[in-house]
Amino acid sequence: MKISKEDVLKVANLANLELSEVEVDTYRSHLDDILTYIDKMNELDTSGVEPLTQVVAASEDDSALREDVVVRADIIAEVLQGAPDPEAPYFRVPKVIDK
Amino acid sequence: MSAQTTWTIPEVRSALDARKISARELVKEFYGRIEKRNPELNIYLALSPERAYAQADRIDAAIAAGDALPAMAGVPVAIKDVISTRGVPTTCGSRILQGYKPAYDATAVTLLERAGAIVLGKTNCDEFAMGSSNENSAYGPVRNPVATDHVPGGSSGGSAAAVAAGLAVASLGTDTGGSIRQPGSFCGVPALNPSYGRVSRYGLIAYASSLDRIGPFAHTVRDTATVMSVIAGRDPRDATSASVPVPDYAAGLGRPLHGLRIGIPDDYFGEGIDPDVRKQIEAGIALLEKLGCRRVSIRMPNTEYAIAAYYIIATAEASSNLARYDGVRYGPRVPGSTLIEMYRKTRGRGFGAEVKRRIVLGTYVLSAGYYDAYYLKGQKVRTLIAKDFREAFEKVDAIVTPTSPVPAFRIGERTANPLQMYLADIYTVTGSLAGVPGISVPSGKTSSGLPVGLQIYGPAFGEDRVLHMAHAFEHAGGSTL
Repeated sequence: MKISKEDVLKVANLANLELSEVEVDTYRSHLDDILTYIDKMNELDTSGVEPLTQVVAASEDDSALREDVVVRADIIAEVLQGAPDPEAPYFRVPKVIDK
Repeated sequence: MSAQTTWTIPEVRSALDARKISARELVKEFYGRIEKRNPELNIYLALSPERAYAQADRIDAAIAAGDALPAMAGVPVAIKDVISTRGVPTTCGSRILQGYKPAYDATAVTLLERAGAIVLGKTNCDEFAMGSSNENSAYGPVRNPVATDHVPGGSSGGSAAAVAAGLAVASLGTDTGGSIRQPGSFCGVPALNPSYGRVSRYGLIAYASSLDRIGPFAHTVRDTATVMSVIAGRDPRDATSASVPVPDYAAGLGRPLHGLRIGIPDDYFGEGIDPDVRKQIEAGIALLEKLGCRRVSIRMPNTEYAIAAYYIIATAEASSNLARYDGVRYGPRVPGSTLIEMYRKTRGRGFGAEVKRRIVLGTYVLSAGYYDAYYLKGQKVRTLIAKDFREAFEKVDAIVTPTSPVPAFRIGERTANPLQMYLADIYTVTGSLAGVPGISVPSGKTSSGLPVGLQIYGPAFGEDRVLHMAHAFEHAGGSTL
């Protein structure tokens, strides 16, 4: 067994994801299959191979960063309109600091 | 209402030029058809009639004034629901973004509208583009217009089906591990995944940032080429977009294929491939040879490790990208007594099963103690897969494979085993990891009448070459092989 129920709970905790008992069992068994399959990679000798993080674009000026200029977007109303609990110009959340 | 059900871009243009139809009438006609067919097919999640008619009126005014029309004037298009559209609901097929209306447009959408295209609405997809069948949408699966008890493929199933059903002339999808090409194959329409960096992703809601790309579906290869010339190019708002010059892709079509070397990876036709698919791809390769291509056997020795590397890298990046959905800024919130509890409940109920599975896997492979064994190893395997492509393109001009080892399957047939579903991405994930362009073009049908797609890979920024080959293939009767 590659992954235990406790591993799933620990990872779900890291990801701030509430899972039901049934979900924990199902995902554990799926992830076990997937991780067992993934072990296939260990057949490959990758010593001395550099990791590829991103297929970067070809030309030189692509790496150039643009100027850091502030541009007013004026979309606060539009942005807040879709928020679950807005109080312009803020998003309201449950109390974070205990007194 | 005109009797014509499927339109190409040149057909729209000549009908407008000849004043046979106005842009407004054309939009009305498409909405009429959508109203009739969408309840069954479930292709569109949201329509944008206000925006569409306003754009149509601009085109009609330009025609009346005798102005020169841009490349896609009056062309009704559909946009995958992971691509942002200002003021038009954009849910990514997820409950967690129900009701979300972006405050800005994706660059690809801006470019389409600037070229005169008319955005009809947003298309259904697997939640956050995670899936190969569209069954992971929170809003129910799309039905394949070719066989309505079958899946349209995924994750861009709605965009592929919209074109196949005649509910859009062209559409945009996104491809991370095959999500444009495979539904193109399942629905029987040309579908292009351009090179990484070719199309700006500003406004694309991220799944796996080192892999995600935007690309077109259309009825003809020529139309996909036209859309590509519109959406490709450097965008200062996307640091990963390339400033490689954008050719007029459509203008490059129609030349003979004589002398092109096509690489056929011998080990791609082994176990797991459907016999009808194999037969159609063999026939497709024979057709390319008849057109003057020379068949060359090649080896892509690291292919068998591609699925493993892909699912590590994609899920790791997803676990990070999807951290932003926390019930604070958009979408529904599930209340909790503390901030953390609110996050957990919102995410636990807002995300569907496949997304949660991938977040758990991605968080696991990135977590302390496993990073080197999984994530870093996956990136090293990615290097080797990119090397397979580089070495192949020293010997050949293009690589030809099936797009998918299987044709469209029945809805519900494959949901029980996620790993089985992942393994069917084998021909598409390799190109995703390597960053190269690939097109899926119809190559006849199976004995039960389901479309088969032939995939043509080119070197990075070789869109012109794959479009040129796919166009010649299509013109020689590829879709009726």
